[in-house]
Amino acid sequence: MITNLGIEENKEWKCLSCDALLKLDKVRIDYMNGSFTVELPCCPECGMVLVPEEIALGKMLEVEKLLEDK
Amino acid sequence: MDQKTLRQVEKHCIQEEAPACRSACPLHVDARTFVLQVGKGRWNDAWKTLNKTLPFPGILGRICDHPCEDSCLRSTLGGGIRMGELERTCVNQPKPRIRVIPMPKKSERMAVVGEGLSSLVAALELLRKGYDVTLFSSQDKLGGSLWEVPDTTLPKDILEQELGILGTLGLKVENKKMGQGLLVPLLEEFSAVYLGLDSPNGARMAQGGKPSDKTFALGNDGVFGGGACDDHGRLSPVNQAFQGRAAALSMERFTQKVGLVEGRQDEGPYPTRLFTNIEDIEPLPEVLPGNGEKGYTIDEARAEAQRCIQCQCLECLKVCPYLDYFKGYPKRYAREIYNNAAIVMGNHAANLMVNTCSLCGLCQEICPENFPMADLCLDARRDLVERKKMPPSAHEFALQDMAFSNSESFMLARHAPDKETSRFAFFPGCQLSGSNPEHVIQTYSFLRNNWAEDTGLMLQCCAAPAHWSGNEAKTREAISLLEENWQKMGEPRMILACSSCLDMFRRYLPNIDVISLWQVMDQCELPVDAAKPVGTTMAIHDPCTSRHEPQLQDAARSLAVKLGICIEELEFSREKTECCGFGGLMENANPTLAEKQLERRTAESDLDYLAYCAMCRESLKGAGKRTAHLLDFIFPQGSVGPDPAARVKTGLSDSRENRARLKRDLLDQVWNQAAEAGTESMLHISPEVQAKLDQRRILHSDIRETIAHAEETGRKMESRESGHFLASHRPFMVTFWVEYSLAENGYHIYNSYCHRMQIMGGNA
Ligand code: SF4
Ligand code: SF4
Ligand code: SF4
Ligand SMILES: [Zn+2]
Repeated sequence: MITNLGIEENKEWKCLSCDALLKLDKVRIDYMNGSFTVELPCCPECGMVLVPEEIALGKMLEVEKLLEDK
Repeated sequence: MDQKTLRQVEKHCIQEEAPACRSACPLHVDARTFVLQVGKGRWNDAWKTLNKTLPFPGILGRICDHPCEDSCLRSTLGGGIRMGELERTCVNQPKPRIRVIPMPKKSERMAVVGEGLSSLVAALELLRKGYDVTLFSSQDKLGGSLWEVPDTTLPKDILEQELGILGTLGLKVENKKMGQGLLVPLLEEFSAVYLGLDSPNGARMAQGGKPSDKTFALGNDGVFGGGACDDHGRLSPVNQAFQGRAAALSMERFTQKVGLVEGRQDEGPYPTRLFTNIEDIEPLPEVLPGNGEKGYTIDEARAEAQRCIQCQCLECLKVCPYLDYFKGYPKRYAREIYNNAAIVMGNHAANLMVNTCSLCGLCQEICPENFPMADLCLDARRDLVERKKMPPSAHEFALQDMAFSNSESFMLARHAPDKETSRFAFFPGCQLSGSNPEHVIQTYSFLRNNWAEDTGLMLQCCAAPAHWSGNEAKTREAISLLEENWQKMGEPRMILACSSCLDMFRRYLPNIDVISLWQVMDQCELPVDAAKPVGTTMAIHDPCTSRHEPQLQDAARSLAVKLGICIEELEFSREKTECCGFGGLMENANPTLAEKQLERRTAESDLDYLAYCAMCRESLKGAGKRTAHLLDFIFPQGSVGPDPAARVKTGLSDSRENRARLKRDLLDQVWNQAAEAGTESMLHISPEVQAKLDQRRILHSDIRETIAHAEETGRKMESRESGHFLASHRPFMVTFWVEYSLAENGYHIYNSYCHRMQIMGGNA
């Protein structure tokens, strides 16, 4: 279980259809037989989630590799 | 792999066998470690190393007749390491405190007859095993002829001190003259009897009997003996000690009623299987003690010890960066792979190792025992796939690429235009088609004009990616598809441009008659407008899958010579050639190691390389090495340009698009079936972003799909700074993210990345 990916509030991106700024919220992410809850920027209206590049290529990749070798 | 297979595989790696010095030493002193420690001046450690295997190290260390020296691999390179002198120097240093853990006492009583060295060693060994030992001597002190060794070699106080341990361990000594008649009563009283033939008592009782080899039994009733002079009438201290020790082990086995002979092949001196390459070792003269009799000074001893080669094999590690990287050697890897397969839950630490091997087979070629590392890794991959434990990220991209090649986008099987049958069929394979589709078209028309009019064409994948990934089901599927198309074509003889395809046909479709494109071309007149870079010298790079195809290698060289190219052979060429890092999907599973592999390969010559496998050319070029393909000279027209070695690496998206375009162009130009032009939106991508996409294995088709999905659903984000859009899409096992903006006839792409974890939704 990892909850804190060290993400800061994201001020750059907004949800286009809801015209809303993204806010950190708890999100479930799954891979292989692993499931985690993490904080990621989400649209407060429709729930669309942003995975920033540095998370996708950093922490997330590390966890993927760990789960693949389980 | 089961235990038994593991043992069989392990046997092929002799890295753990004893070096020559140790195997020649009757007592198997770990001379290599000892000499290393002496060389470093670590005298306490050196002492402890001797003490592990030498009985009475203070005695034997001074008087050993060192048969190891003749077997030492230094012998022909300046003279064998002078182990005798080194041991003497060591035991002249103060003895460190060494803890001895006494064995629990046993009730059985053992008799040892004689006070010579062999009896003393037998007694010592039995005492250490916990037996109650009585020694029968006719002399007034223990040691026999040891007391006759000059004081300069073995000082009397040391001798006394060393023998003191026998008393400490509880040896009982009976002073008594023994004769043959006393043997039966001894056997009644004791569980087993040792007769030291290096003592008057022992020799008398043995009455000229000769102990058998290995077990040192004198008859069958529990009498053992050793320590006699050799055939030249000489006493060898190390053999006296060895025989006493071996007999003591037999006495224990006899007492425990277990077999005397089993598992003792490697006792005593034996020829080692360890291979040590001494080709590049410079001769170094022996260090002689400056003041003769007194032996080495400490510095002299260290200098002599530093001449040791530290014998070991590791030949394969010298040629394979991958084997070197995982910090072991094949025998150890085999065990790790075996354990990896045995784990049900927990971390499969060896997955990466199993998936990194390029399956190139070079190590097996180099290994003195032909250790089959590639087979081991391939089997392990098959096992992982079967147990659904294969990490999806390892090979998925390559398997999808194979699926693309075997889809309508690329696959094609046609007779030549206006022909109903095909005696031959040209099979360019995925890589050449992806790398340079023009060359496929040019080669195909060359073959029809110069080789055989009824040469058909087959475009599809040879199943190598599935084979390399260990996915047997997908391999079978792709192989059947290949066989089916070949049958539909009327079973033509296949002309193959790629040696990996050739390898696949040989493995899985041995009934199909194949020939390499290079052998075919070598039998034809080359095109008149071929480029003739006369006088250019290039280093030829053989693909690793051509390792055992000398005819193919010869044909490539012959073509190069006809083109006027001077060929230089790399140190590792032909059957010793090295992989470009693509083989075995190494580059997919472990890009970092593939880079290391390429670094090694590209550093072997400053010359431009000449490749005759499209994938090799792409890989070498990707590593920054100027590399041309043989076809670049045969068909210099078109996009090759005047300096083929400078042509940039083909990206992954381009490779796919090239394959799709090749099929369209062939149908249009050769069979007059123009396809409807697609109306795909343009992607504007800078070279920097494109390099990132290739490295992340993101294709233009992934980007198009993601954008299409975003534009359709309206689900996208907008940057408040740049106004760019950011959208994600998960078509299959991977989520793609694309940062883009609208352009006049398509899209500008600024960034793209992907991950495998799946977002299950917010507010979890
Ligand atoms: S070459 Fe490698 S695999 Fe072969 S014996 Fe030596 S260390 Fe073992
Ligand atoms: S060179 Fe060193 S390791 Fe090799 S046989 Fe001689 S002493 Fe032993
Ligand atoms: S990459 Fe080639 S040389 Fe290295 S272990 Fe694998 S088969 Fe052997
Ligand atoms: Zn929204």
